Amino acid sequence: MTVHTTSPQFKTNAARALADTQLQKALGNVKQGFIDKRRAAAEKLPEFEALRDSARDIKNHTLQHLDLYLEAYEGKVKASGGHVHFARTAEEARGIILGICREAGARTVTKGKSMIAEEIGINHHLEANGIVPVETDLGEYIIQLRNEMPSHIIAPAVHLNATQVEQDFRRVHTHLDAKRDLSEPVQLLTEARAVLRERFLAADVGITGANFLVAETGTSIIVTNEGNGDLTQILPKTHIVLTSIEKLVPTLEDVSQILRVLARSATGQEMSVYTTFSTGPRRAADSDGPENYHVVLLDNGRSSMLGTSFEEMLRCIRCGACMNHCPVYHAVGGHAYGWVYPGPMGAVLTPSLIGIDKAGHLPNASTFCGRCESVCPVRIPLPKLMRHWREREFERHLTPATIRSGLKTWGFLARRPALYRVATRAAMGVLGLAGRAKGRFAWLPLAKGWTKYRDFPAPQGETFQARWRRERHRRSA
Amino acid sequence: MSASASPGAERRMKPRVALFVTCLVDLMRPSVGFAAVKLLEDAGCTVDVPVQTCCGQPAFNAGDRGTARDLAEQVIDAFRGYDYVVAPSGSCAGMIKAHFPELFDDDPNWLPRANALAARTYELTSFLVDVLGVTKVDATYDGTVTYHDSCSGLRELGVRSQPRRLLAGMDGVTLVELNESDVCCGFGGTFAVKYSDISGAIVDAKTKHVSETGAATLLAGDLGCLMNMAGRLSREGKAVEVRHVAEILAGMTDDPPIGAAKDPRRPLTRT
Repeated sequence: MTVHTTSPQFKTNAARALADTQLQKALGNVKQGFIDKRRAAAEKLPEFEALRDSARDIKNHTLQHLDLYLEAYEGKVKASGGHVHFARTAEEARGIILGICREAGARTVTKGKSMIAEEIGINHHLEANGIVPVETDLGEYIIQLRNEMPSHIIAPAVHLNATQVEQDFRRVHTHLDAKRDLSEPVQLLTEARAVLRERFLAADVGITGANFLVAETGTSIIVTNEGNGDLTQILPKTHIVLTSIEKLVPTLEDVSQILRVLARSATGQEMSVYTTFSTGPRRAADSDGPENYHVVLLDNGRSSMLGTSFEEMLRCIRCGACMNHCPVYHAVGGHAYGWVYPGPMGAVLTPSLIGIDKAGHLPNASTFCGRCESVCPVRIPLPKLMRHWREREFERHLTPATIRSGLKTWGFLARRPALYRVATRAAMGVLGLAGRAKGRFAWLPLAKGWTKYRDFPAPQGETFQARWRRERHRRSA
Repeated sequence: MSASASPGAERRMKPRVALFVTCLVDLMRPSVGFAAVKLLEDAGCTVDVPVQTCCGQPAFNAGDRGTARDLAEQVIDAFRGYDYVVAPSGSCAGMIKAHFPELFDDDPNWLPRANALAARTYELTSFLVDVLGVTKVDATYDGTVTYHDSCSGLRELGVRSQPRRLLAGMDGVTLVELNESDVCCGFGGTFAVKYSDISGAIVDAKTKHVSETGAATLLAGDLGCLMNMAGRLSREGKAVEVRHVAEILAGMTDDPPIGAAKDPRRPLTRT
């Protein structure tokens, strides 16, 4: 792991995000757009729920036989003239990619959008070795100019507004007329296209991710809306597919089913604008395509999730629906999570990949509202898996001492109904009396987190169980 | 109530219901428990209140599976032998219905008992509507109300139409829908204290939507969410009355709303 991690400072990150008015405005857009579009797309397709079941089952089946499908996939890629490289760690993956780039004599590398590339920090590694990586997805291009991480897995620059992008373009595109008009988003888009076109043509190597790998054909598949992925993988002499082992599916038929829930869950589109299949290097009769085709398959901790309850997380197809529907993500945005993957899927995956000791806040910073699970196209029980992380923390005594001792006291009382009745009766009597005049407390000891933002309603005084026994006694007397 | 058992029916024909009152109602707002009892008795049930403490959800969600199991066993034992178990909370009913079986999935001794309890357990409004077929309650309430769908009830138990149907059948009540009524209020148990900044931001968005409705009263089916929203509304100085939906449905609104003083003339202002 080399990507800088601020997950341990989640609370500080969150507080900063909440105070950032520009960010808060940008996050409002997440709330508006994605949710309504997904709902409309799902409602329009009568078999949508059945397709979610099917997508879940296909991924489960694949994960249960992952070794076999990886082997079959590798065989097919080789048969089509490509190479498969297995990388156990991020470091190994970086080494393999640098080796391929050096062999290709690469000076510049174009990149399609890939979260695995973020996970292994490939850009910095290439730069450090004298190779220029150029992000070609518009959002990724923008955040590369700003030296930032994506804040969302499908909308990397969703935390920014057009004015910020304009400032970045003026700062970086100094070869263009300083007085040009960039007041409209379409002007920004046009400028990025023009700048990137030259980069596409000059690149020696193109790196893309993969949404799916098909075992029966050795095909890798990317879904994009900008077409940049196609130019990245077709124009340079060498194409590297940088992806991870859980992207496997058995057949093209399986992929065609999962694709029907992917874009609908992500952006509400029926299909993304481009769905691109690539199988090996160009053949003699092909009019275009790369001469060299490499697949780098990253493990980086994933295989250790197999056979555990976290195996379910490996079904994830990276649609982003969980974060689009998450009240915590809406409040703090993606950067607060402090590593590559934000939102509910990040809260489950990140501890698996960087350790619960570093990422402990992530599965705890959830209200368990369950909205993420309700929209997940492969039905990952995200709250349950976050709870499993909390259980691991509890077992390892990583749960904060205040929470632990509070729970212990509560558990002690709750296991002893008679004592509980006496204790709660006394406590509520006192609290009820103290809060009688106003009906609420603006401040309470031990509840500062609560009373910082809201009053604490006073109890009515007598407990239900005390009053019930008293009144029923009277009733039956 | 329209669907109550006929007066001539034999006593033993009445469904025997155990009220799982929930810790929060037990400790903070017993009037909700009595409202639940009234609704159940009006609908023809015999109601009993077994000695009880907590369903174990706080421990379960904090990762303390051992304590959660101990408390779950206690609940399973205490609530044996009833036809139904009903809770005025989607969260606690959801714990019993959805998560007790999960807690014992590796225990062949307790799992059948957990499953049996789960099958008999209901959230109050869904029990009234889905099981007893109640369409009209014997109460009136004069005013405009809005309704927040608490997460566990909504997504674990499918409670959405039931409280609305019961409210729609009441004279004098106008229900104005809350924008994003299905979005979390930011309570989340200990989340509200552990991540208070985030929780504060989420409840702030919720109370904005509540204000937009112009409703005089905010209702929901879970006291945790209600205390969170009521606490925020009173901190903002907003004079919205906050009550558990059972109080309105039972016509038991003599007690002051959640977080309000006994004296109704006392204005709700920042303290």
